[in-house]
Amino acid sequence: MKKRWIALYVENQVGVLSKISGLFSAKSYNLVSLTVGTTEDVTVSRMTICVSSDDITFEQIKKQLNRMVEVIKVIDLTEVPIHMKELMYIKVWAEKQEKKNQLFQIAQVFGVNVCDYSNDHVILECTLTEHRNDDLVALLKKNFKKIEVVRGGTVAVESVSTFCR
Amino acid sequence: MQISGAKLFVKALAAEGVDTVFGYPGGYAIDLFDELYKQDNAKIKLILPRHEQGLIHAADGYARSSGRTGVCLVTSGPGATNLVTGIATANYDSVPLVCFTGQVSTGLIGNDAFQEVDIIGITRNICKWGVTVHRREDLGRIIKEAFYIANTGKPGPVIIDIPKDIQTSLGPSEYPSEVNIRGYKPIENVHIGQLKKAYRMLKSAKRPLILAGGGVTRREAFEMFTKFAEQTKTPVVTTLMGRGSIPTTHSLFVGNCGMHGTYAANMAVSQCDILFSIGTRFNDRITGDLNEFAPEAKIVHIDIDTASISRNVKVDVPVVSDAFTALSKLTEWAEGDAEKLEHIEGREEWIDKIQSWNQENPLEMKVENGVSPQAVIEAINQSYDHYQVVTDVGQNQMWTYQFLQMDENRRLITSGGLGTMGYGLPGAIGAKLANPEENIISVNGDGGIQMNIQELATAVIEGLPITVCIFNNGYLGMVRQMQHLFYGKRYSATCLTKRRSCPEDCKGPGEQCPAYTPDFVKLAESYECRGIRVTKNEEILPALKAAREETKVPTIIEFMIPYGELVLPMVKGGNPMSEMILKAKK
Ligand SMILES: Cc1ncc(C[n+]2csc(CCOP(=O)(O)OP(=O)(O)O)c2C)c(N)n1
Ligand SMILES: [Mg+2]
Repeated sequence: MKKRWIALYVENQVGVLSKISGLFSAKSYNLVSLTVGTTEDVTVSRMTICVSSDDITFEQIKKQLNRMVEVIKVIDLTEVPIHMKELMYIKVWAEKQEKKNQLFQIAQVFGVNVCDYSNDHVILECTLTEHRNDDLVALLKKNFKKIEVVRGGTVAVESVSTFCR
Repeated sequence: MQISGAKLFVKALAAEGVDTVFGYPGGYAIDLFDELYKQDNAKIKLILPRHEQGLIHAADGYARSSGRTGVCLVTSGPGATNLVTGIATANYDSVPLVCFTGQVSTGLIGNDAFQEVDIIGITRNICKWGVTVHRREDLGRIIKEAFYIANTGKPGPVIIDIPKDIQTSLGPSEYPSEVNIRGYKPIENVHIGQLKKAYRMLKSAKRPLILAGGGVTRREAFEMFTKFAEQTKTPVVTTLMGRGSIPTTHSLFVGNCGMHGTYAANMAVSQCDILFSIGTRFNDRITGDLNEFAPEAKIVHIDIDTASISRNVKVDVPVVSDAFTALSKLTEWAEGDAEKLEHIEGREEWIDKIQSWNQENPLEMKVENGVSPQAVIEAINQSYDHYQVVTDVGQNQMWTYQFLQMDENRRLITSGGLGTMGYGLPGAIGAKLANPEENIISVNGDGGIQMNIQELATAVIEGLPITVCIFNNGYLGMVRQMQHLFYGKRYSATCLTKRRSCPEDCKGPGEQCPAYTPDFVKLAESYECRGIRVTKNEEILPALKAAREETKVPTIIEFMIPYGELVLPMVKGGNPMSEMILKAKK
């Protein structure tokens, strides 16, 4: 089992999203995340899909997606150079100044923004890779008594210059 | 000029060359029916089956029998949901259908309005494509696309849901003549390099075997397929859907493989060194235990559906192509190689070995008293030189599969992928409507026939002299067989004679049993059909003769089959194909 990414161009129509997600549940594929938005062409949506699967199942997933009428193009992003980020907000409960300072340090090291602040809360806005987001969540969980995590799923675009991930 | 959606609907059907619509009306489809009523010189015939499930199976039988797209028209809500089993049935056997469902007006959708169901949502995973028409101006394009998608590539059922206001509102009168769907481009050619590789492997094999599936029969590639097997001197096994690809009387035909395949066919699969397969998806009924499937073989897999390739079995040479295109190339190359192939060595030994397996364990049934299913099917073989036999599901289907002679003119229509009981009668009605001159014989169990028995009325009304065989063994025989072999003879809910008055500790059928209900002969008569009961083998041929001579109404022949007969050989689900149960105590 390995995490893999697919970019999917689909018709921007009612029911297409549920058809795609329905495929994953009908065939028991392990869907990790799915994001969707329109493209420069408003009749087309682009999805970034992350699945966890073995090689054979992954081949099957791509083929099954390809044979859907509403699917325009399937791009396997697993091996190609891409830019890939996930938007995540973390609300952290931190009352003492000392805890807040610690949090700011962490934010600085991870390169994420503090976008909101109150007496007992701080909100971080993170655009990191999914892995870095995982790391950050793990770290904050260990160091703070309460956090609230809102993750947006990964979006990815093929690189135009070099290998970079 | 602007016309109503309903008018455009009829115009579209005419443009698609539709001659028959299987329809059942209701409040949200009434405008469409009204336009069919009003059409000039009624070019499109409207058939009114007695249940929407019967309706869609009839459309399915029509499509399988003729290769043309079957068309269904039903109302919203229950009319639409009654189609579900038929949609899945068609989907699993790649049958081209276009199903129109009425729908509540666009403004009411989502309100839980009377007879509103989200049929597109319900059928999403069991059809090739489905869409609700939201805008009147899209109607023409969508219908055009529906017919195109249903009957190109790997065919399948398509559902078009038309809200009431779309049917009645005015819009463009044009029906497009072309389609362009950016996400759907059926494969029309074949990768020559891959196919050549496959062909070379077959040539150099010592123990080659061809496995033909429904892709060959569906594309009617009978002649080329047989020629190719002959050119390369390769023995052939088939799946349920592929039987008849090569005449079953042909010396290169080994038998059916899979769960109820012959001993020789399954042994051949287990020992071949090349398995050259065309048009099959290798489902579990064919492979059994995947780890033990064709253990010595390199596998060539030619199929139109990329998603079927390398899904179930590991394939050495995948080729994406329909059977027809691939076989045209293959036969052409073999033609060029004729001389070399003439001297191809080692094949005789292999063919002899297969024949010896067939002699060791031939396919035959020993039935002591009562009517033998084998004798019935063999009588069908004898009585006609061309036919389409439409089966239901269960033992009756497997006996037909085992013993029916098949080729280009003698076809089998059966629900293979989904195994839908209740298909046999309506399927035959559809086949007869598509091919009025053909001998249409429907083979059913006593259980399955009761799932759509109401369609006898349709057959009578349409004046269809089909032959409806009922194998009455008093049981849901196929399930009983599994209980008999694998569940300690606990016949839970499979006896169809059982009544409330029966003792709890029933020791099996005997004199003391209550009468079977219904009386199929009387039932036939009440439908104005002809009814014949056959209790001895000698009565089989005369009964079939009487049915053949009947020109106006269906003939129902009830064959009294002993209750304990088994379909053998059998491989238990999930076991290796080489582990066949050849004999078992009844
Ligand atoms: C709609 C449906 N329900 C249940 C089954 C499961 N099933 C498969 S074969 C069978 C028994 C069929 O009995 P009958 O029609 O009498 O045929 P027989 O096997 O006795 O020839 C059943 C219940 C099915 N295939 N389809
Ligand atoms: Mg029965």
